[in-house]
Amino acid sequence: MSAGQLPRWVDYVLIPFLNLAAAFLVSGLVVILIGENPLDAVKILLWGSLGYAEGFGFTLFYATNFIFTGLAVAVAFHAGLFNIGGEGQAYVGGLGVAIACLALDRYVPWYVTLPFAIAGSAIAGAAWAFIPAWLQARRGSHVVITTIMFNYISFSLMVYLLNNALKKPGSMQPETRTFEDGGRIPFLNDLFPSLGFGYAPVNLSLVVALAACVLVWLLIWRTKLGYEIRSFGANATAAVYAGISPVRIIVVTMLISGGLAGMMAINEIMGSQHRLLIDFVTGYGFVGIAVALMGRAHPVGIVLASILFGMLYQGGAELSFEMPNITRDMIIVIQGLVILFAGALEHMFRPAIIRLFTPARALRAKEA
Amino acid sequence: MFETIILILDSTIRVSTPLLLACLAGLYSERSGVVDIGLEGKMLGAAFGAGAVAYLTASAWLGLLAGIGVSVALGLLHGFASITNRGNQIVSGVAINFLAAGLTALLGQTWFREGGRTPALPEGGRFSEIVWPLAAEIRDIPVLGPIYSELLSGHKILVYAAFLAVPLTWWVLFRSRFGLRLRAVGENPAAVDTAGISVTWLRYRAVILCGVLCGFAGSYLSVAAGSGFGVNMTAGQGFMALAALIFAKWKPFNAMFACLLFGFLDAAGTRLQGVSFPVIGEVPLQVFQALPYVLTVVLLAGFIGKAIPPKASGIPYLKERS
Repeated sequence: MSAGQLPRWVDYVLIPFLNLAAAFLVSGLVVILIGENPLDAVKILLWGSLGYAEGFGFTLFYATNFIFTGLAVAVAFHAGLFNIGGEGQAYVGGLGVAIACLALDRYVPWYVTLPFAIAGSAIAGAAWAFIPAWLQARRGSHVVITTIMFNYISFSLMVYLLNNALKKPGSMQPETRTFEDGGRIPFLNDLFPSLGFGYAPVNLSLVVALAACVLVWLLIWRTKLGYEIRSFGANATAAVYAGISPVRIIVVTMLISGGLAGMMAINEIMGSQHRLLIDFVTGYGFVGIAVALMGRAHPVGIVLASILFGMLYQGGAELSFEMPNITRDMIIVIQGLVILFAGALEHMFRPAIIRLFTPARALRAKEA
Repeated sequence: MFETIILILDSTIRVSTPLLLACLAGLYSERSGVVDIGLEGKMLGAAFGAGAVAYLTASAWLGLLAGIGVSVALGLLHGFASITNRGNQIVSGVAINFLAAGLTALLGQTWFREGGRTPALPEGGRFSEIVWPLAAEIRDIPVLGPIYSELLSGHKILVYAAFLAVPLTWWVLFRSRFGLRLRAVGENPAAVDTAGISVTWLRYRAVILCGVLCGFAGSYLSVAAGSGFGVNMTAGQGFMALAALIFAKWKPFNAMFACLLFGFLDAAGTRLQGVSFPVIGEVPLQVFQALPYVLTVVLLAGFIGKAIPPKASGIPYLKERS
């Protein structure tokens, strides 16, 4: 081992762990600042999210959303692209799900509707990512900026559609009619009552999410396209010399990424809300960035990170109930700290660790 | 008709002010090569700091100072992550937006117990309107009267400060030594480094300036336009300022016109709600809301000019590789 290089387990386990620990340490300080005991808070958080079946069901439900948005960000990462538009793509993805459900729910059972809903959400999400992708590929305008713009455009578009075209006749609420059984994915609680998930909305979308993880893994590490995506992300110039078309890679990667973000709407709209409504995404798209960063853009890591964030969401809700001083905004703070330490400051501990792991001999040799 | 136009233009100026301040803030940062999508978070933090301190001290000026303090602190965090630690600037900006959104609501609830808002400001806690001399007397003169007394007179001091900051920024960027170096470090940091000027210190100064201006922008929302801080009161204005910055192609006077245009769309959209136009009929409010972003995308697509960012923006500077 030469100086400056670290064993793999340090890179993939120790450093992420240190970053996460720092984020939670600072979160603990925030809890102290608002006058509560952080250890009690952790206890409530763990109990609320893992301690009983219904709480765990909620954790899994939130985790399903994060898996989709996390995968979306991760796929783009592999091509060196930063898709910050998961929020808008998921929102528009809801439109695809709703159209499929509204068209079919009265005529066919849910398992016939589901493939159409998946296709609808993926196509809608991908379509919303297409223009930013094309502009990046052809015009070189930064995909970060354009996807932010498209987030805001989607907010206006969806409010308009829900208030005008899609609204239930005679209703004042900006939402569609409630789907019939043909437009509802069964809750896990109804399929397996013995698990005791109770009112937790976790549903079969979780299976879709896990399948998406496997497919993303296959795509990125086992296909030609995935190889091209990773080559392009690692060194775009070299990839172009190797005959990889940058336009094709950028557009295809962003379409996949947008499609995955759009699929989040399956869980939320067809799995839980059973109607399309305003602002159902509420930050899941942005948190996908944190999930992908923490999960190191690998499906296994993303599942673990999603469960962690699901625990934060569910445990945080419980926490705000038990300790009214700690409102749900605390979760946003923790997410911010995780993004900060696991993302922006990921190299902070690196120099110290390199010094720690470099044999003294090598250091002396370097100085000599 | 004329009165309606004056009213729309008057609110255009009010709406444009925080956009313009945040846009100029982003201008300093991005011209130095540090991309900042944390404008939103810094504005929000500043709005909270200003609202809280102005309530406690009953002084708008101390509130402004606190707002600037919070915003600069967040800016330094961005600098520490993206300049010192060479982290990803986009990720750092996202983190700052999350932190500001969470901490302001959380601390607001802890300290004031009004659901995250700060209480309504006492006397002296808000900036008051500055009435220009003779404004009341010449109000009735046709055309010029309303323009002088309604449109130009009677704004908060921060409004005038924002528009004065435009020529000042132009001078700093294009006529001062600091500005020349700032632009150089955003285009070619290695050349600046070779000339013996510290890239790190230059970029930190840009990030601090960005924080100061974001502090003004956020404080305007809570202690000048509003009376106290409300949860998520920036509501995407930081991102709209970012759009304006691109629309303005990173130039100060263009930034002013872009912000005025975006402000005008907002003001007109609110006032023209439900009004039926000839030929096109009623225009939904959402069209006005989405138009700034659509225009920016169209610009980025190269249909109206071309927006080329500073060459080194987003790339951390590595002095030497060992």
